[in-house]
Amino acid sequence: MSGPLVLSAGAGGGAGAWERLGEVLSFRAGYNTTVVLVGVLMLGIAGGVVGALALLRKRSLVADALSHATLPGVGLGFIVASSLGAGGKNVSVLLTGAAVTGALGVLCVQAIARWSRLAQDAAIAIVLSVFFGAGVVILSVVQGMSAGNQGGLKAFIYGQTAAMSVGDAALMGAIALLSAGAAVLLLKEFAVVAFDEGFARATGWPVMALDLAGMALIVLVTVAGLQAVGLLLIVAILIVPPAAARFWTDRVGGLVLLSAVLGGASGLLGAGASAVLPGKPTGAVIVLVAGGLFLLSMLLAPRRGLLAAGLRRARLRWRVIEDHALRAMLEHTDTHGGARVPRGALARACGWGGSLASWPLRVLIARGLLRREGGDMALTPAGAARAAAVTRNHRLWERYLIERADIAPSHVDFSADLVEHVLSPSIVAALENALRAEGRLPSPHPLSAVEESGARR
Amino acid sequence: MHEFLSIDLLPLLAGAMAALSCGLLGNLLVLRRVSMMGDAISHAVLPGIVVGFLVAGTRSPIPIFIGAAGAALVTVVLVEVVRTLGRVESGAAMGVVFSVMFALGVALIETAAARNVDLDADCVLYGQLETLFWFPPDSWSALLSAPTLGAVPRQVWTLAGVVVIAVLFVGLFFKELRLAAFDPMLATALGFRARWLDLVLMALVAASTVAAFEAVGSILVVAMLVCPAATARLLTDRLATQIGVSVVAALAASVGGYWLAAWGPGWLGATGSVSAAGMMAVTGGVLFAGVFALAPNHGLAARVVRRAARAIDEAAEDALASCYRAGERGESSVEPGALRRAAGGGLRGALGVRAALARGELARSTGGLALTGPGAVRATEVVRSHRLWESFLVEQAGLRPDHVHDTAMRLEHLRRAADHQRLAPERVAGVRDPHDRPIPGEPPSPAP
Repeated sequence: MSGPLVLSAGAGGGAGAWERLGEVLSFRAGYNTTVVLVGVLMLGIAGGVVGALALLRKRSLVADALSHATLPGVGLGFIVASSLGAGGKNVSVLLTGAAVTGALGVLCVQAIARWSRLAQDAAIAIVLSVFFGAGVVILSVVQGMSAGNQGGLKAFIYGQTAAMSVGDAALMGAIALLSAGAAVLLLKEFAVVAFDEGFARATGWPVMALDLAGMALIVLVTVAGLQAVGLLLIVAILIVPPAAARFWTDRVGGLVLLSAVLGGASGLLGAGASAVLPGKPTGAVIVLVAGGLFLLSMLLAPRRGLLAAGLRRARLRWRVIEDHALRAMLEHTDTHGGARVPRGALARACGWGGSLASWPLRVLIARGLLRREGGDMALTPAGAARAAAVTRNHRLWERYLIERADIAPSHVDFSADLVEHVLSPSIVAALENALRAEGRLPSPHPLSAVEESGARR
Repeated sequence: MHEFLSIDLLPLLAGAMAALSCGLLGNLLVLRRVSMMGDAISHAVLPGIVVGFLVAGTRSPIPIFIGAAGAALVTVVLVEVVRTLGRVESGAAMGVVFSVMFALGVALIETAAARNVDLDADCVLYGQLETLFWFPPDSWSALLSAPTLGAVPRQVWTLAGVVVIAVLFVGLFFKELRLAAFDPMLATALGFRARWLDLVLMALVAASTVAAFEAVGSILVVAMLVCPAATARLLTDRLATQIGVSVVAALAASVGGYWLAAWGPGWLGATGSVSAAGMMAVTGGVLFAGVFALAPNHGLAARVVRRAARAIDEAAEDALASCYRAGERGESSVEPGALRRAAGGGLRGALGVRAALARGELARSTGGLALTGPGAVRATEVVRSHRLWESFLVEQAGLRPDHVHDTAMRLEHLRRAADHQRLAPERVAGVRDPHDRPIPGEPPSPAP
């Protein structure tokens, strides 16, 4: 019976919800909400910056090991706090425990990856699962204890953003400042270690110290974010925004900045949305917003995005069709004379199926490369020029493959690259001479070439 | 006995079977360096479970199982899409997919909670091993009768099925799996698709993850996937042996973990028991830690010992070389203190000189220590190597003659014949090094 109620609050109050969202996002929705918003905004920024550094170092999942490894610390902190009579709600003790076992987990990952034959992914999986198992054991001990209020523990696993205090928000702000400062000051150093560790070592950069500094930042952000989004989701704050930012830029500085922006935006929008939609856990909504931003980036980014890549591929495919058609036209007129080519012959030469034959033709006509002459096709002047260029390029490549393919055939995209872009002028000249000697070099004056070949016949 | 049958047998069996199927497949994950795939899948099944649950409206197991398996496959495909089409590094790709899927699951659970249905992420995370309960036979002899087996909960049968499939898969495709694990390029070149095998492997990992999370919980599935295999990997270089060892480790972790969880608190004077699934993971981790420290060849201790032995060996060689150089200056013996300093001083020097003495390469003589016959042979080798490296560094690497000694001091211990062939193809005895000292010829090999 509460189901319909929730639905009406979400769906029925459409305009009201948008209004309320605007109110929330412009920090006019009351003191508590504003504190939470500022807090998650700062957390998102810090996570974005630190996560970007981890992504560059290919260590995104270390954060996963770390966040799981905080569980035994939280449990131990609870036991210590309640046995000292401080009560289980003593957050600083719990967070200290979390930081200690979290850092221990990261060090274990490093030790296993460094001093055994196992790869880093196995080290991460071992630490993550074993530490979490230890945490589960400790929690089952805690459940058997009569003392203390255990309700607070659950907040650490699933997050409880609403409980954020001014102090928490200020702490997030301080950590965001610290990580942003570290990223600005040490950007060059982090970049050199991430991109060329061997070079960094050889030129004397303190690789170990820099790695430890990066890890320390991850520990800070994770522990600070535990209460807000929970230890199972904090890792998303560190992984998703940088991965999304990576689609937009190839520059380290840009990546860190954009990742911070996306992280902050996820935090803000997610917390705002969950303030408007009742009954949605803030941590999860923040991660879902981040996931949405990732999806958008993956689809829409101008160079690395899927749409752009698809467009590039389609263009290349069309170019291949067009080149083949033009070359087939030229070769047909060369061998059969005349300027007209029957449509069936063209379709056969290009390998088009019967029904498919019409659309490439129509596009070629629309682009002004071919024109109809009766039932046949003929090259327009522009088409003839393109056909000559394409055919020349093709024959030069053929020649090259036959005579000198031992140079670098694997480095060449034969259909897309102009021969001049890849080979040196002297080689091109030699190939041209060879073609000319056989009379197969399309003339640089294509129209006359077409007419000539007709006249010759 | 009756108590054991009713309370302990099924959880023990379920834990062991989960460990077995995960442990078997984990060998391949560890070798393919995709250990975290298990983690990704086990997080990402949550939304599938909740959807299956919401659609069916009950806690009946079939829709939940279908939802979980569907979510697992979606995860595998999505990770592959993000990794290859989006060109995102594989760790980050998994991280993005599973954390967003998990968040979706948490959000859906809250929706379910709002509809007054009781579904807790806890049981997905931690498992509910202790709740496997049956009305058992009265005696061991009745264990295999039909009504008894009919009373066994479905989860146990699912697990048994997954174990059988995993054993069959690894057994039948052992050769192909080995090839794909160690050399996917060769596998592809030989004409069978390593990719397809990968996909089947992932599907099986998903199946055993889904089957096991009810018993041991999703995070602890990861422990079962990775810990036994990683433990075995440090103990052997042969895949067949590794799989055998991992099975033993998986069984030891599950049975030992259950035992510790049930009776461990009693030993510590506490009452009750702790989470069995958690304890199984911890036991697996402790096993791994022990092997990581103590494995005969790949263990930490073995590494430290090897490194120390090499350092002492090099110190001894430094001492011998120092004696040789003293001989060139016309001194027949060197006093021990100077020799220890030449061998690096401190503990290293003392141990090095002692090792040379113990091996009979140095002997006491008037005025200190002197080279014995075998010692002279080895010293000649070292000095020859040192001076060949110096010549190489000056002539080929273009370093200044006064900059090469320290580097040569470290390189001189590398004395594979092939290196020396390359360093000195045309050199004969009597040629001089950059510091105008003679390069000794190859010493005659000592009599066997």
